[in-house]
Amino acid sequence: MAQDKRPLSPHMQVYRWQLTSVLSITHRGTGILLTLGTLLLVYWLLAIAAGPGAYESAQALLGSWLGKAVLFLWTLALYYHLCNGIRHLFWDAGFGFELKTVYASGMAVVIATVVLTVVTWIIAMSMPGGGA
Amino acid sequence: MTPRTPVARIRGLGSAKEGVRNWWMQRLTAVALVPLSLWFVVSILSMVGADHATVSQWIGSPLVTVLLILCIVALFYHAQLGMQEIIEDYVHTEWLKVTSGIVLKFAAILLGIVCAVAVLKISLGS
Repeated sequence: MAQDKRPLSPHMQVYRWQLTSVLSITHRGTGILLTLGTLLLVYWLLAIAAGPGAYESAQALLGSWLGKAVLFLWTLALYYHLCNGIRHLFWDAGFGFELKTVYASGMAVVIATVVLTVVTWIIAMSMPGGGA
Repeated sequence: MTPRTPVARIRGLGSAKEGVRNWWMQRLTAVALVPLSLWFVVSILSMVGADHATVSQWIGSPLVTVLLILCIVALFYHAQLGMQEIIEDYVHTEWLKVTSGIVLKFAAILLGIVCAVAVLKISLGS
């Protein structure tokens, strides 16, 4: 059949990974994580609305090592999705499609994500009650 | 063969005006969320270790109440559109695709309203 000669869409098992494709799928991955993360926001707001007792428990839970690990992941996902989202908005406006620019903006997103996350956590840990 | 142009043949078969609505709303909510999420993270950072009274008072200021509700609306709208796109791309069983889309939309609206009411309850002093 002539159809068998048609190019196939990437087979993930043999597909060579590259920065662009990894960043693209990571945008979706972080989107899913952040959607799950909205449950944290719901819980936190409900705890504040419920009163001081519930709020203290929420703070204790979020301040535990597990809570901090989840919040760290959440920050990382948020900054990534934010930075790469801005990259997407530039594309939507028609800018930045040169191959060199695509790779440069991709690297910029990775660096900005790491820097913003680290700076945020240095500030958070140095706050009174930040648990450094 | 018909002498009618392609446009004439499809006219009246449905509107083409709303076709990009989801795409457009995903971008609009994204643009709104750029400053809103940065503001949210910076605010939360200043609230690290704060007690209940401090956090409640912060949420209770009119500007914060408004910004938080804007955040909540844009966030759940954006999340719903994004997750819907992922479902449409990866779920190929028709009934499951439709059902998960409905559950997703209901959940986004429910959680969004829960968050907004919580903010209002804190803001208006329970």
